[in-house]
Amino acid sequence: MAGAAPVKERGALTHPDLEGFDDVNRDILKVLSRPGKGWWALFALALAGLGLFFGSWSVQIVRGIGVSGLTSPVGWGTYITTFVFWVGIAHSGTLISAILFLFRAPWRQAVYRAAEAMTVFAVMTAGLFPLIHVGRVWYAYWLIPYPNSRFLWPNFRSPLVWDVFAVTTYFTVSAVFFYLGTIPDLAAARDGARGLRKKLYQVVAMGWRGTDRQWHHFGKAYIYLAALATPLVLSVHSVVSWDFAMGIVPGWHATIFAPYFVAGAIFSGVAMVITLTVPMRKLYGLEAYLTTKHYDALAKLCLLTSLIVLYAYLTEFFMAWYSGEAPERQMFWNRLFGSYWWATWIMLVCNGMVPITLWFKRVRQSIPALFVISIFINIGMWFERFVIIVTSLHHEYEPFAWGVYRPSIVEMGIVIGSFAWFGFWFLLFTRLLPPVAIAELKEVIPAPLRRRTTEENAHA
Amino acid sequence: MPEKRSLLASFEYLDSTVDAIRALRKAGLGEITAYMPYPEHHIEEALGWGQSPVRVWTLVGGLTGAATGFAFTIFTSMDWPLVTGGKPILSMPAYVVIAFEMTILFGALSTVIGLFINSRLPYVKPMVVYDPEFSSGRFGLHVSTSDERIAEARQILERSEPADIKEDPEEAARAS
Repeated sequence: MAGAAPVKERGALTHPDLEGFDDVNRDILKVLSRPGKGWWALFALALAGLGLFFGSWSVQIVRGIGVSGLTSPVGWGTYITTFVFWVGIAHSGTLISAILFLFRAPWRQAVYRAAEAMTVFAVMTAGLFPLIHVGRVWYAYWLIPYPNSRFLWPNFRSPLVWDVFAVTTYFTVSAVFFYLGTIPDLAAARDGARGLRKKLYQVVAMGWRGTDRQWHHFGKAYIYLAALATPLVLSVHSVVSWDFAMGIVPGWHATIFAPYFVAGAIFSGVAMVITLTVPMRKLYGLEAYLTTKHYDALAKLCLLTSLIVLYAYLTEFFMAWYSGEAPERQMFWNRLFGSYWWATWIMLVCNGMVPITLWFKRVRQSIPALFVISIFINIGMWFERFVIIVTSLHHEYEPFAWGVYRPSIVEMGIVIGSFAWFGFWFLLFTRLLPPVAIAELKEVIPAPLRRRTTEENAHA
Repeated sequence: MPEKRSLLASFEYLDSTVDAIRALRKAGLGEITAYMPYPEHHIEEALGWGQSPVRVWTLVGGLTGAATGFAFTIFTSMDWPLVTGGKPILSMPAYVVIAFEMTILFGALSTVIGLFINSRLPYVKPMVVYDPEFSSGRFGLHVSTSDERIAEARQILERSEPADIKEDPEEAARAS
């Protein structure tokens, strides 16, 4: 029982190697000093990828959406796939920062800052894809609900309009939540910095002094924000799933979609947290902060959500058979053995089979193994969205309207480049903001007590 | 009117800080500001913080958001009643989604505003009554009182063996 344990034993489990509060400031703020070669190499890679991203997008802007493979019958392809993928990635950040905060999970403190940054940058990446997908990006402001020239307002019955509200709210709230959480740590960075850096942190820390008044209201505001973010995160991916489930396309029109998408989102996001933090831990020497205990907990979360996702896959197949509907039945047969059989099997193997290894404690506690598994899951979850979107659209009701979609080079450039866009922001984050929550970590390491110190001296 | 004096003490240990706060409050020296590197509930409790008014901001913001969401969707549908997809002009279940998102958005933003107002952020005055150690590992106590009682306050603080005591930090900063 973490809650009932005496103060001095609170953090003994999660961070056995940390001695005191000063260690935390020293180790985490060290990360913000001069970047090493490894960081520059990754940053150069990200910049190259950014070139690919904006280069490909420019080609599409100049020559039109025709450079993509999108055409009848498949009007939604890799862009929407990647949109759903990145929104999904975002979800586990909020899960770790808000839901696990409300549940008082003692292992969240060390991972949550990185996970929350991942959320903000993933939503920033996802938000670009509707703009890319609609082609004429200079009309992107049409997404904002305002009356058109004939005074017609948008149709609020449309899930696509819900999606605009859900994703913009999600971005705003998660960015605010993220910034608010970093304020005490920015103050710590300010107190440890000199010169221009100090001035910069002075501005962004907004004069945080850690007084009882500030902490008191901060703590309460944080709880309420977490309580608001929790239903928000569940609603966002539900709304994304309704983009599909509200349509009568076979393979989309299912009531299971909302919980199925939310579980999938958390599954992919937790895997992405592992993918991002393993190199970060190595590069910045944060082994004492992100211990095998943390990875074990993340792996368990992956295992749980993978089981939910696998169950949802099987339910979909069962319901298609049980419904007796020819279009539904052919759709799911076509998924397994049709033109895109390979995508479906990648999805099933990566998301259903590979995570089975997480039942073994030895695998959960091996960081290299988890890193490899997490990459499998990332790939599998991208293909899950591809399977849902593309296989459903290319093989609808009318056989004469069937067709095969192939992503073009430009589309692939944009999709691959989006990872660089995300990586660019994440790399900047690890250099400019403390990547592990300094203040919150101190809640889980034992507080310095005079009584204990004198006792220890007496025993010695 | 007697002149205001103050002391800024920094402590290495949590329990000594809490003891000092209790002793000061017992002696009627209630003008205390505590500094801590992380939210320490023992200190907040010792200082007697109760409920935070931020929760009212959250509630009012959330309710405003819900009302705005419903008002917006209903008004725009009534503005030009056009039947689409054979659905009623006012399709409330669909509007719940919009109202829900607006509840969260307004609730969250108003919580942040409430936090800023209640915790006096941003704080733009020069940080004289402060020590960089307070964001690292030390706890701080700032006590202000009258000239007559300053010696008593100092005595109480010293009983808890602080690492350091500064006298009149505001005055010292002004002089330098």
